[in-house]
Amino acid sequence: MSLLSLEDVRTDIGQYAVLHCISLEVPEGGVFVLLGRNGAGKTTTLRSIMGLWRPKAGAIRFQGEVISGLHTAEIARKGIAYVPENMGIFGGLTVEENLVLATEKGKFDPDRLARIYGLFPALEQFWTKQAWSLSGGQKQMLAVARAIVEPRALILIDEPTKGLAPSIVAAMAEAFRDIARTTTILLVEQNFHFAKSLGRDMAVIEDGRVVHSGTMAGFAADAELQNRLLGLAT
Amino acid sequence: MDRLAEQIGRFGGVNLLPVALALVAFVLIGAPSSWVTLTVAGLAMGLMVFLMASGLSLVFGLMDVLNFGHSAFISFGAFVAASVLIALNHWLVADSVILNALALAFAFIAAIGFGLVAGWLFETIIVRPVYRDHLRQILITMGALIVSEQVILAIWGGTPVTVPRPHFLEGSWIIGDVSIEVYRGFAFVLGALIFVGLHFLLNRTRIGLLIRAGVENREMVESLGFNIDRLFIGVFMLGSALAALGGAMWAGYETLITPALGGEMMIIVFIVVIIGGLGSIRGTLLGAIIVGLTANYVGYLAPKLALASNMILMMAILMWRPKGLAPAVK
Ligand SMILES: Nc1ncnc2c1ncn2[C@@H]1O[C@H](COP(=O)(O)OP(=O)(O)OP(=O)(O)O)[C@@H](O)[C@H]1O
Ligand SMILES: [Mg+2]
Repeated sequence: MSLLSLEDVRTDIGQYAVLHCISLEVPEGGVFVLLGRNGAGKTTTLRSIMGLWRPKAGAIRFQGEVISGLHTAEIARKGIAYVPENMGIFGGLTVEENLVLATEKGKFDPDRLARIYGLFPALEQFWTKQAWSLSGGQKQMLAVARAIVEPRALILIDEPTKGLAPSIVAAMAEAFRDIARTTTILLVEQNFHFAKSLGRDMAVIEDGRVVHSGTMAGFAADAELQNRLLGLAT
Repeated sequence: MDRLAEQIGRFGGVNLLPVALALVAFVLIGAPSSWVTLTVAGLAMGLMVFLMASGLSLVFGLMDVLNFGHSAFISFGAFVAASVLIALNHWLVADSVILNALALAFAFIAAIGFGLVAGWLFETIIVRPVYRDHLRQILITMGALIVSEQVILAIWGGTPVTVPRPHFLEGSWIIGDVSIEVYRGFAFVLGALIFVGLHFLLNRTRIGLLIRAGVENREMVESLGFNIDRLFIGVFMLGSALAALGGAMWAGYETLITPALGGEMMIIVFIVVIIGGLGSIRGTLLGAIIVGLTANYVGYLAPKLALASNMILMMAILMWRPKGLAPAVK
């Protein structure tokens, strides 16, 4: 059984039909990569899973249970964390406050905190700084850290490498590899090289439809397919 | 110039504006005793207006709801408190400070209780259906304001209501040639205590953390697993109760209230919230004190300009800082 499944999900934004037919099976463990051109519907897919847009048809199941139609907060409490495209950092709050908000009881689990410090040392350094003053890369680290403050079964991450320096992208890849040992990651990514190094399974969305799904190894080996679906000239 | 700005920033930045205002007024007024009286009056007014405005600011910041009906809570608070004070008049005139204070406490509690209940009803019945739709919010909350003014008219009549004050808050303290009305001192202290309480709630508690986060990004707060609707209701009720309390204190301050009170305060409250920066409690306090001082100084120096002065102030501040003096980070 897959951890997350989408069956013929259709989502409208206002009067526009954006997702026409999204079907995905995200197995438990590892990184599942969602690829697609700009405007294909990747963010809309993640927002539909999170309940931030309400699908008008189709079903979303998480751990076998239908979650489409639930309230965003309820979906989150089932064990899904979300790192949005704009990171969703609370700029007026300190790094510590951003993270403590994500804890269930208002207290940190010392082991998880140590792990976060280990993955992202900059966060420990800027612990009491207001988050708006962080650099883009540090904000992204904070957004990812916030998703792992509590144990989650699934983390949705939307284009985490956008605009980041190569050294930070490498650190991010390291962190994702570590996180994926205990948690499933559904990763939306434009940076194909980054995605290729992490993903086990993948799917490509085009114009609100899934046009390809399979293993990352298979997709990475097929230059013609990549070129056709993503316009990557390799 | 930059260095000057930096120095000003180090000593408090925009927080110095009220001080600058008071200094300019000192020079213009000339007579120190009048200046002290006006400054105390301005601060007292500022803190009462802060109570009235803080809820509006939080509700806008957190819920993105423009509630033009907010001033209904102010005027109902004033009239409910006035009715309780009139009913308990024999306690007010009694020679016991305890009975005096009890009557006042009951009046304030009645206003707060009214604010909580009415806030809850208002949020669930009127505001909830128009979330995310500013035009309909303005129309429906304006409508609610007009209806509530008519209800006040129907219950309390159109003639001004005289609000009795507790005996122990009557009169003035005389220090040298300066006289300070006791009620103003009381309003200032009570308002300041409530500001400290709100500040503590917002900055030292988990609920406060959630509210501050919600002001910035509601979707993200939901995505972290918190039900923002419940938070909304709580904040709306709190804001309504504070407005009602502000109205109750204002009734005792003015001692004569009419159903037009809500509409008059609404303009001031909106000016305060816009000057201060929507969604920010510190900004609301700053805006309220600036408006309170300006109203009193200009009321003394050029009475005919009293209302226009605050409008001019708002426009000037908006040109300088379009998001207000101390906006919540968005
Ligand atoms: N709030 C909105 N209102 C109207 N249309 C929207 C809205 N958000 C997205 N869309 C449209 O939905 C389509 C899919 O958008 P989506 O953001 O899901 O794409 P994406 O695959 O995440 O793209 P990108 O790689 O640029 O982030 C686009 O055509 C976009 O214009
Ligand atoms: Mg996107």
